[in-house]
Amino acid sequence: MSSMTTTAAPASTAPGSFGRMVRSILKSRTATFGFALVILNILLALLAPVLTSYDPIATDAMNALQESSGAHLLGTDALGRDTLTRTLFGGQYALAISFTATALTVLLGSVIAGIAAYRGGIVDDIITRVLDSVLAVPAILSMLVVVTIFGTGPWVIILAVMVVYTGGVTRIVRATVMDVLPKDYITAAKARGEGMFSILAREVFPNVLDIILVEFAMRASWVVLLISSLSFLGFGASPPTPDWGLMVAENRNLMSVVPLATLSPIVALATLIVGLNLAADGLAKSLGVDRMKEVLG
Amino acid sequence: MLTFFAKRIGWSVFTVLLATVLVFSAIQSLPGDAASQILGQNATPSAVATMRQQLGLDDPPVSRFVSWLGNALQGNFGNSLVSGGSVGAEVGSALVNTSLLAGITIVIGVLLSLVLGLVAGLTRDRWPDISISTLALVGMSVPEFVVATVLVLLFSIYIPLFPAVVIAGQNASVAEILPSVWLPAGALICVLAAYIIRMMRTSVIDVMDSEFVRTAILKGNSTPRIVFKHILPSAMLPTLNVIAMNVAWLIGGVVVVESIFNYPGIGTLMIRSVQTRDLPAILLITVMSALTYVVCNLLADFAAFLLNPRLRYPRSAK
Repeated sequence: MSSMTTTAAPASTAPGSFGRMVRSILKSRTATFGFALVILNILLALLAPVLTSYDPIATDAMNALQESSGAHLLGTDALGRDTLTRTLFGGQYALAISFTATALTVLLGSVIAGIAAYRGGIVDDIITRVLDSVLAVPAILSMLVVVTIFGTGPWVIILAVMVVYTGGVTRIVRATVMDVLPKDYITAAKARGEGMFSILAREVFPNVLDIILVEFAMRASWVVLLISSLSFLGFGASPPTPDWGLMVAENRNLMSVVPLATLSPIVALATLIVGLNLAADGLAKSLGVDRMKEVLG
Repeated sequence: MLTFFAKRIGWSVFTVLLATVLVFSAIQSLPGDAASQILGQNATPSAVATMRQQLGLDDPPVSRFVSWLGNALQGNFGNSLVSGGSVGAEVGSALVNTSLLAGITIVIGVLLSLVLGLVAGLTRDRWPDISISTLALVGMSVPEFVVATVLVLLFSIYIPLFPAVVIAGQNASVAEILPSVWLPAGALICVLAAYIIRMMRTSVIDVMDSEFVRTAILKGNSTPRIVFKHILPSAMLPTLNVIAMNVAWLIGGVVVVESIFNYPGIGTLMIRSVQTRDLPAILLITVMSALTYVVCNLLADFAAFLLNPRLRYPRSAK
């Protein structure tokens, strides 16, 4: 690395390395499996309106609590809603909210981390201390407070996720940015008279993109977990939203009557998170990032 | 070394204080306060105003926080705005119940995952490793509420071994609660163990690749000696942080599991206090959780310090 010219980015994230990354992921069977699971989830969610002709929220009392049949492959719930339809549309909901929340969290965390690391001194100290205090408050308590202040709705849940996870993202990205800042190409950019945001955007972030990508994949799996737990507790999505956590909460008392109504969202949730975890592992390995170090954030 | 830890402790106290300030300010902006919660929706405005005055909700936020802090430092955390009883006693008894649950989870969970992680690391890519790693992945990927639901189905409905929910109230004795601890503990262990197993496995593999282990093998040491004398202590080191993080996580992580089993602990109390805007209770829970967080991190640092001779010499302070 030290023999490289000063302006070139490290090889792992240089343009053109995308193909190499894909190849290295395809070489690992588990990583391929993980990405396949995530892609399958995305496809099923996108194709939900095509794959089923039922309405995810319209009730049908005549056909309540049905077992698996030709008309209802996975049966129906207590209100006669088709379980397969609700599970498919639940995927749309889960993926849209979790991915938006994760993307915004990682973006905000990275920007804060960049500013903290670049400015250093008192700015860095203040940011680090405040975020550390947020991390000291249990995630569920922070989320409950946010939800109680702002009511329910997708954007409130996204905000709650940002409150809980921005600190962790910032901590990880800040440490990586600190490693990049002393490099010669940063000094060169400073000497050219570039400003902080231009240096962060053009020199720093492209070189920490591997960490940010792994951070995204890993946080996404936690966000899916957290959001579904919140819905399960009754503080997330409100009925009749086809949310997986909510579906488990609604149907688990009827487990002896229509087990599929509870099991379907559980299986969907588990495959998505297993997929995200394996994908994060594969991404970390192919980019040469120590994922366990990431967990500590 | 002393100054290093004095500094860390100083920052920890500051972190707890700041966390309390943050939660206090957030609660201030909640719509509706304890007064309207107690009196219900049909209360007249004048009744609410009187109640607000009685509860001291009319004073400016800063002076309320300062007086709260002054009392808190003397061990008086105020009375619950809802039940009127001492918050200290209420949170205290919930904390005892949660500690019982968390204690059992930590002892069994940490021992189990250290052993499983060690076995997985030593048998890298062979069947014990593959099965343990798969289990850990599943544990990471399935939410607590799912594990809890499945456990209830298996062990209290199909095979009625344990009660599905805790019937004992907030002030039940340890003996009354003990039979209902096992299912919630089981659900928490599954989640807790997953991360520790993965970390332990990774660090065992790292240590086995290192030169000093190769030297120990080449010197002809016996396998148990190499495992327990060389691999285990070094592999424990990075694992300590993950254990500390997970133990700190437990106090928040118990919320979901406690609420499923109706377990009378800090999580159930937390949900109820936020719902009723019971500020003194929320603040005390925040203090206790933040304390747990910083103490776990301090202990991990201290243990790392004891285990790693390289840290004993002063480096540039972080």
